Amino acid sequence: MKLPDMLPLASLRLRIATLFQRSQMNAEIEEELRAHIQHRADDLERSGLDRAEAERRARIEFGGHARFTEECHEALGSNFIETLIQDVRFSLRVLRKSPGFAIVAILTLALAIAANAVVFSVLNGLILRPLNVPQADSLYGIERASDKDPSQSYPDYLELRDRNRSFDGLAGFNVNQVGLDTGELPTRAWIYEVSGNYFDVLDIQPYLGHFFRASDEHGSESAPYIVLSYAYWHTHFRDDHSVVGRTVQLDKHPFTIVGVAPLGFRGTLLIFSPAFFVPMVNQEQLDGVNLLNARGDRWVMSVFGHLKRGVTPAQAIADLNSIGSYLEKTYPKDEARLSFALTRPSLLGDQVADPVRAFVAGLMLLAGLILLAACANLGSLFAARAADRSREVALRLALGAGRIRILRQLFTEAIVISLMGGAIGLWGSVMLLGWLSAWNPFPQFPTYAPVSPDVNVYGVALLLALVSGFLFGAVPVKQVLHADPYQIIKSGSTGPIGGNIGRRMSARDLLLGVQIALCALLVTSSIVAVRGLVRSLHASFGFEPRHAMLINTDLTMAGYRGDAVPGMQKRMIDAMETIPGVKSVGLVGQYPPLWAGLNNQIVFADQTTDLRAANAAAEAGLYSISPDYFQAAGTALLSGRTFTWHDDKVSPRVAVVNREFARRLFGSVTNAIGGYYKMRDGTRIQVVGIVEDGKYGSLTEDPTLAMFLPILQSPSSESYMVVRTNRDMDRDPQQLAAAIRSKLRDLDAGLPSYLQTWNEAMNGALLAPRLATISLGVLGAMGAMLSITGISGLAAYSVSKRKKELGIRIALGARRKEVLQAALGRAFKLLAFGSAAGLLLGIQTSRLLAFIVYQATPRDPLVQAGVVLAMLLLGLLATWIPAQRALSIDPSRLLREE
Amino acid sequence: MNDQAQLLPGTLDLLILRAVSLGPLHGYGVLLRIGQISGNALLIEQGALYPGLYRLVRQGLLKASWGTSENNRRAKFYELTAAGRRRLRQETESWNRLAAAIASALSQQPEET
Repeated sequence: MKLPDMLPLASLRLRIATLFQRSQMNAEIEEELRAHIQHRADDLERSGLDRAEAERRARIEFGGHARFTEECHEALGSNFIETLIQDVRFSLRVLRKSPGFAIVAILTLALAIAANAVVFSVLNGLILRPLNVPQADSLYGIERASDKDPSQSYPDYLELRDRNRSFDGLAGFNVNQVGLDTGELPTRAWIYEVSGNYFDVLDIQPYLGHFFRASDEHGSESAPYIVLSYAYWHTHFRDDHSVVGRTVQLDKHPFTIVGVAPLGFRGTLLIFSPAFFVPMVNQEQLDGVNLLNARGDRWVMSVFGHLKRGVTPAQAIADLNSIGSYLEKTYPKDEARLSFALTRPSLLGDQVADPVRAFVAGLMLLAGLILLAACANLGSLFAARAADRSREVALRLALGAGRIRILRQLFTEAIVISLMGGAIGLWGSVMLLGWLSAWNPFPQFPTYAPVSPDVNVYGVALLLALVSGFLFGAVPVKQVLHADPYQIIKSGSTGPIGGNIGRRMSARDLLLGVQIALCALLVTSSIVAVRGLVRSLHASFGFEPRHAMLINTDLTMAGYRGDAVPGMQKRMIDAMETIPGVKSVGLVGQYPPLWAGLNNQIVFADQTTDLRAANAAAEAGLYSISPDYFQAAGTALLSGRTFTWHDDKVSPRVAVVNREFARRLFGSVTNAIGGYYKMRDGTRIQVVGIVEDGKYGSLTEDPTLAMFLPILQSPSSESYMVVRTNRDMDRDPQQLAAAIRSKLRDLDAGLPSYLQTWNEAMNGALLAPRLATISLGVLGAMGAMLSITGISGLAAYSVSKRKKELGIRIALGARRKEVLQAALGRAFKLLAFGSAAGLLLGIQTSRLLAFIVYQATPRDPLVQAGVVLAMLLLGLLATWIPAQRALSIDPSRLLREE
Repeated sequence: MNDQAQLLPGTLDLLILRAVSLGPLHGYGVLLRIGQISGNALLIEQGALYPGLYRLVRQGLLKASWGTSENNRRAKFYELTAAGRRRLRQETESWNRLAAAIASALSQQPEET
């Protein structure tokens, strides 16, 4: 007779009802069963028994009261929750009885889940979560296809904005630093210079006051307005609502605060939150130079906009490229290779975003693999436990428990462990992420790490915990389903459960081998990364960051213009030189090498007459320097001379170039001295000196061209002074900083400055390799831990399964070595093969690492020896206890027991 | 007791439906009625009746209501629903077919038993 289910709706109602009315239902069943017994007793009484005897007999005839009550519940379908509670209680009891197993299992899982949660929230924050603006889905940034950099010149922006037919308006922004004077001491603030339509294109509404708009712009310097970010308004204006309408000084120019942006809006870059926004048409007041008409200077602004409904990215790119080829034809002098691509605007274009994405995705993959490995280990631990508990399971089967019921119990145990591990892991990751969001590797910049966990992260952690619970819970299923209670009880614990130890290669061995290989891979990569990092710290940068202080000033912030700038800079240098302990002082315009990327300029061979961009001989990083810069920076002059203060505006244009520049433009160092080359504007420049090569944009860059021009011939109001000191000054940088500040105050109290040691400034350049090293190190440690649990699990399992055999071997006179070989040979074989595979894989993947970590090479005997040593240690650690157990087997006791 | 037959799995539900089809009954009444209509030839564990009753209620074949028994005790009474009546008819037919088939199979080959 088949029993089709009742109507789903009624069933659901009943289930819900029973869930909430469990006690009432219990009472009802109880009453009904009691009524039955009473009726039966009535009948028996009528047949002549006394009442007490009749009731006793009725109860006996009725049978197992509790069992039928339970079966009634089951029949009602109300049993799920109850069974679950029962199972959970039982699981907790069982786990409390073997705390070692429980702790290992929970911690393993907690670590794996934490790793996944942390990596996922970084992935979530940087890649998955869109910008906090309406319709972020259709928001695209425009980048050049050639270098995947989103920078455009302002005139190009105007052409793109007005000629395209694909976007609902294009807006642009540029990051700048200004001096803000609200009546007290001036402070430095990072801002966005934005196009007038910025807020309208983003379609956001002000929190206070109003935004400036495109209609406020009437040419250069026409819109001296400020929109504050909410956070800056909160911290620097103390939530003052009367701030709207106030006039403040930016770089000594009056600007009026017109509004406050909404809470949570941090501009259009993910990891950089500006203090406030000003219209780009006023940029000359803040930059000191007018960039609004510089068509050839593309390093001005990033451009973005919403794609029109129905326009595909491909159509938009075609549209932009047609504008590009029009511009190339119209302005051949300034424009070359104007083809475009679209990108998400939040990560500075794909040049930055691609490696970030690849790195985070790689981390996520590794974290996932770690979780899988953890599941595999826990699975084999579970299987071993199921085997150890085979007598218990067999007894329960023999007593009539359903296999499903037993499996359910085992699964509940797995899920309980996975949820506990997940909870602990999530807690740990939230702590770690809190610390990570507060961490600012660039104290000079208002960076913002959008990694705080949100609902997605919690959801993923929970899901991963549940899935892994089911994964490792499923490993012993086959054992239980195929267990034969009769066999197990008859033959003792070494029954068919887990009997596959003798077989040649089980799936579990394969899993463990893969895991060891993975661990070896991680260990290889982390050692390679650490070695690379150590080397890059001692590599030649082309300058000496130790024993040097950097002082960043921007003279436009204090109102210096034109000829006043170099005069003041010379006074600052002179003032620094009077500080005792200072050996030399140099000054470099804009920023020093390895600081914030390259200020690349195209250069031409002297004989080139058609100075269009396509004819350029090369691109070279440009640095404007004071005469003593090379001495202060510790850059070696190879040939020729450096500058003097007489290399000024009226004297012939000269340059010092690096060896790579000399080689590429002139063929050799000797040819270069005295040779000429041309800048974009046609200026002929004579090379008067050659300096050593160095690192300029990043540690991992290819040999890069650099040219150094006299600061008097190529002025820059923003500069870094390099103050080189005696070594003993290093002991007290605070004192040096105080001396520097007081000297600067004496010169101009209204000039904001920022001091740091050159080593501190290098943190930015070293961030990527450091992050890579740390994350690989953490992953390697986790992988090692997992391998240890895996190997020791396997070894312990094989020892306890073969106890009898080992005992007989010992009794027959086997030596220690032979016993160990029998007991642990398999584990060691796995270890050896896994490590070899991992090392080979590691050598392959380290090529990828070389993009992030300078001089990362696996072809380093130290690396290979390190990996082998690490894996050996790991193997010893993992097999120590099982080996001791195997050796301490006492054959006489064993034979007596079994 | 010993000459009572064990119930085939699943047949208890059919017996309950049949018993209740003759009029509303409480649990103990169902047991008595089955004994009565089967000539006391079937061995039924008394308690096993109730999970069966609950199962049939859940399937919508029986409906239950509290009332007072002939012994003046509070008891839950069961009666057939329309679906239960339909089910009883179907199950009876299929049982009869099965029984006839088995009986004929068993009586065909006397020499091989």
